[in-house]
Amino acid sequence: MRDVAIVAFAQSRHARSTAEVSEVELLMPVLHEAFDQVELKASDIGFTCSGSSDYLAGRAFSFTMALDGVGAWPPISESHVEMDGAWALYEAWVKILTGEADTALVYSYGKSSPGDVREVLTRQLDPYYVAPLWPDPVALAALQARALIDAGHTSEPELAGVAARSRASARDNPYAQLTSVRDGGEYVVQPLRRQDCPPVGDGAAAIVLAAGDTARRLCARPAWIRGLDHRIEAHSLGVRDLTDSPSTRLAAERAGLFDAPVDTAELHAPFTSQEVVLRRALRLGDEVDVNPSGGPLAANPIMAAGLIRLGEAAARIHRGDSDRAVAHATSGPCLQQNLVAVLEGDVK
Amino acid sequence: MTEVLSAPLVVEFPFTRSLGPVQSAFLTGLRERTVLGVRTGDDRVLVPPVEYDPVTSAELRELVEVGATGTVTTWAWNPDPGRNQPLSTPFAWVLVRLDGADTAMLHALDAAGPDAVSTGMRVRIRWAAERVGAITDIACFEPDDGTGPPERAATAHHGEFTDPVTGIVAPARLDYVYSPGRAQTRYLAALADRKMIGERCPSCRKVYIPPRGACPTCGVATEEQVEVGPGGTITTFCIVNIKARGLDIEVPYVYAHIALDGADLALHGRIGGLPYDQVRMGMRVEPVWSDDGGFPDHYRPTGEPDAGYDTYKEMV
Repeated sequence: MRDVAIVAFAQSRHARSTAEVSEVELLMPVLHEAFDQVELKASDIGFTCSGSSDYLAGRAFSFTMALDGVGAWPPISESHVEMDGAWALYEAWVKILTGEADTALVYSYGKSSPGDVREVLTRQLDPYYVAPLWPDPVALAALQARALIDAGHTSEPELAGVAARSRASARDNPYAQLTSVRDGGEYVVQPLRRQDCPPVGDGAAAIVLAAGDTARRLCARPAWIRGLDHRIEAHSLGVRDLTDSPSTRLAAERAGLFDAPVDTAELHAPFTSQEVVLRRALRLGDEVDVNPSGGPLAANPIMAAGLIRLGEAAARIHRGDSDRAVAHATSGPCLQQNLVAVLEGDVK
Repeated sequence: MTEVLSAPLVVEFPFTRSLGPVQSAFLTGLRERTVLGVRTGDDRVLVPPVEYDPVTSAELRELVEVGATGTVTTWAWNPDPGRNQPLSTPFAWVLVRLDGADTAMLHALDAAGPDAVSTGMRVRIRWAAERVGAITDIACFEPDDGTGPPERAATAHHGEFTDPVTGIVAPARLDYVYSPGRAQTRYLAALADRKMIGERCPSCRKVYIPPRGACPTCGVATEEQVEVGPGGTITTFCIVNIKARGLDIEVPYVYAHIALDGADLALHGRIGGLPYDQVRMGMRVEPVWSDDGGFPDHYRPTGEPDAGYDTYKEMV
């Protein structure tokens, strides 16, 4: 199998609202920064794949407008997923593995500010039995949190600790949207308090992938993708054990996570309670640095927040702050679908 | 810095969805105050029932009736109900395992407050007064004070009802505030002054109108503003014979691509001021502004000689 690495990562400064710019105007500086890191031009890229959802901003086919930002005419080799950019990265990784491309650009963006994201996200649910009730993501995460507390896996004070640690870590992250816990005590949906929920905001991210010697040429210390897998839970919430994430565990096994220890984990846990689930599924001990970027509790641009986990983990390897890291991305209610990547740097 | 423009944007769809046989029996059953589940190969009862086993993917068709009372398996107190949610006063979201079922269903529980809700509490269905064959035929759950029927096992059910429900209509309305971004804000602001402002790519020098902020060939921002038109050339056109709903324009009429003088990309607009069958490629046109300003209502002939094909062939 070909060696494929993340060689560049860029993201926007995530904000509650970016009403002054269109999606392509939000995205373009991020794309250029990623290209600049590896001194490539859009025309050098073998394959481009993006992730976004028109429902967030209510703009039909917005991803075709965003494509203007990569110079897609005359037509480039390109694809799009209506998913977090982490799944776009999966497609690009497979494309490189097939030998059809040596480099790939992966990007994603989300503008939650134009709509009511709690209402918007109800539209992804089972249309027959669940969506007509309009349960929002905080409500569904709160059902999961209650189940975790009832099962003795966590407590409200422990969740508050996750919130505080995440926002404290984010103080070193210039791209973070939320770096402190202020007025976080009231319940949004009990048992989840404001501080247990991610900030709502807009943002974009981009990653460049490259194979083998190309990666070595572009990046002093490539973040090699040693394994990458994604799995999904049963569709109906009431069928699942909400205190566990068998899909995360299976994806981690398939990605080779348990073959050797990791020093860093970037987890896409938008709610504090979901970090508890993921730590158990991924068997992360206290020695692992979890979400040193602050994670999605510090910035959660929907559709980009999962890709950012891969980017943050890779950037730590690029900088020499990590040798073996796990990155996780999720999609859907209560950690419905989960992607796990194992990244490694060459021995220093 | 131009002021950020914004406007309300409503996206509204009535999704019409057909039902499989198990879903149809379940939703028709709710209409008749009967809750059905489906039995799996390993003898579990799934409520709400699905058409295929979530573990083995085996087709599931063996229907059973379960109780209208059940047990809360987890809950979450919602102090601030949304406009579409089952109850307008604060309520608990609950997963309820109905008596006779092995899985739980999501719904709302009408309770006095979070102190009145606990995992393991007994609840019962409060039926909606008017039922149509939908999950909302269950208005919500309510605490069971012990007067409900006793716990029961699932019993076989034929799943047949008169006039079964075969589909649902799921209305969905989402409200947004639309903001057009920098380039389109500049374009719209200029239109208000009856000027057509395109933007030039710093790399390939092409002028785009309407500008969208990026050159699709070079992938860079277009920031140099260039006034184009008002005259232009029809590069291609079509004759519209079907009247669009809500549009007060007589058919047939002509819709055309128009290359404004100085632009490198054609925009589109309606052609008026002459019979539809006299419109031709190369015809020179100019905008006719709407009465209240702000945009060209249509374009009309200027009377100039037609442009030669070579002058606009790159934009056809």
